[in-house]
Amino acid sequence: MSAHHPDDDHDHSHLDAMTLRVKALETVLTEKGYVDPAALDELIDIYENRVGPKNGARVVARAWSDPAYRARLMENGTEAIRELGYAGRQGEHIVVVENTPGVHNMVVCTLCSCYPWPVLGLPPVWYKSAPYRSRAVNDPRGILAEFGVELPADTEINVWDSTSEMRYLVLPMRPEGTEGWSEEDLAALVTRDAMIGTGLPLSPEEVPA
Amino acid sequence: MTTVHDMGGVHGFGVVEEEKDEPMFHAEWERRAFAVTLASAAPGGWSLDESRFARESLPPTQYLTSSYYEIWFAGVVNLLKSRGLVTDAELAAGHALEPPKPGIKVLKAEDVAATLGRGGPTERPATAPARFQVGDRVVTSRANPPTHTRLPRYARGRVGTIHRVHGVHVFADRNAIRAGENPAWLYNVRFEAGELWGPDAQAPSAVHCDLWEPHLEPA
Repeated sequence: MSAHHPDDDHDHSHLDAMTLRVKALETVLTEKGYVDPAALDELIDIYENRVGPKNGARVVARAWSDPAYRARLMENGTEAIRELGYAGRQGEHIVVVENTPGVHNMVVCTLCSCYPWPVLGLPPVWYKSAPYRSRAVNDPRGILAEFGVELPADTEINVWDSTSEMRYLVLPMRPEGTEGWSEEDLAALVTRDAMIGTGLPLSPEEVPA
Repeated sequence: MTTVHDMGGVHGFGVVEEEKDEPMFHAEWERRAFAVTLASAAPGGWSLDESRFARESLPPTQYLTSSYYEIWFAGVVNLLKSRGLVTDAELAAGHALEPPKPGIKVLKAEDVAATLGRGGPTERPATAPARFQVGDRVVTSRANPPTHTRLPRYARGRVGTIHRVHGVHVFADRNAIRAGENPAWLYNVRFEAGELWGPDAQAPSAVHCDLWEPHLEPA
């Protein structure tokens, strides 16, 4: 950090109010020995760089290609996901809900922003926003339309409001034209939104080269 | 607690706006506020339920006009002050003015991965049989407590069907106010859209909530 970096202690003039307030708290907690600054760096690095929807995509791709794994995943999501190495905070209890030709699932937390961190990472701003939290339960079709998802009128929409420590992961339907694909290639079709239920998996034609 | 955080079914918040290529954090202070909040649970000793209660207890105008991590920050400051770990004078000064309390637990960098990996499982051993089974019709409580509850207001006094039995879990409503874990059977309850939203319901659809036995009576 250079002497003129905006985060520098001696140059508060450029800093906004939240930057100053958070810095003040972190400094007080650090000086008192209540937090370890290296632990803060580690927490940030984990969620910014190591945990994200790629984990969930691996789970979905495995379920698409291995019927025995799919059965274990539907029976006990937490344990089957742990098999792939994903577990812990905000994923202590995971239930997988499966889309079928007649039923589409969508996940929300109307009360805060509960989200399955070990498989999806931290949620995007829209998931935590008032428009999504307010409307997911009574206007799911309107939200899906805003996300560009059109479902047949007779498809039942099941909305899962995360009101306890159970976390929900949507298992989307495997796209057509993927017979014989490897797990890794399948995982590239699985978007974050497909696992929340506000999106569908990519089709083979949509896969980025 | 029914305040503006309990948003399900509320009109007027507008359209969902997606941000293209959204970064995980939008400013350095968000990174730090996120990490400070997680790390402060060790010295603070509070539960996730308490920290949720702290956030939803913010004045409604503050809650609605704050960004997500501003809400987190305000919540953790209130919790830290309530435990006597920091003071307003220290926050204003930006430095410690009082000696630290003795015997405080600290999350060390080398323990972060293992601590996250353990998480905080909420399932507890059953001490009584479940009152409800899959397929049972139940009606939810109409209670409107001034403290934390995980029964959203749109689902109060409504009839639903037990969809799944999750086992016995820490009862968030009580744990949030430090009244003990009070483990209770937790159920996934399915509400048909018409039961919740009347003639405006988008059929066919249903909303599923996870509710504890104290929230439910036979319908």
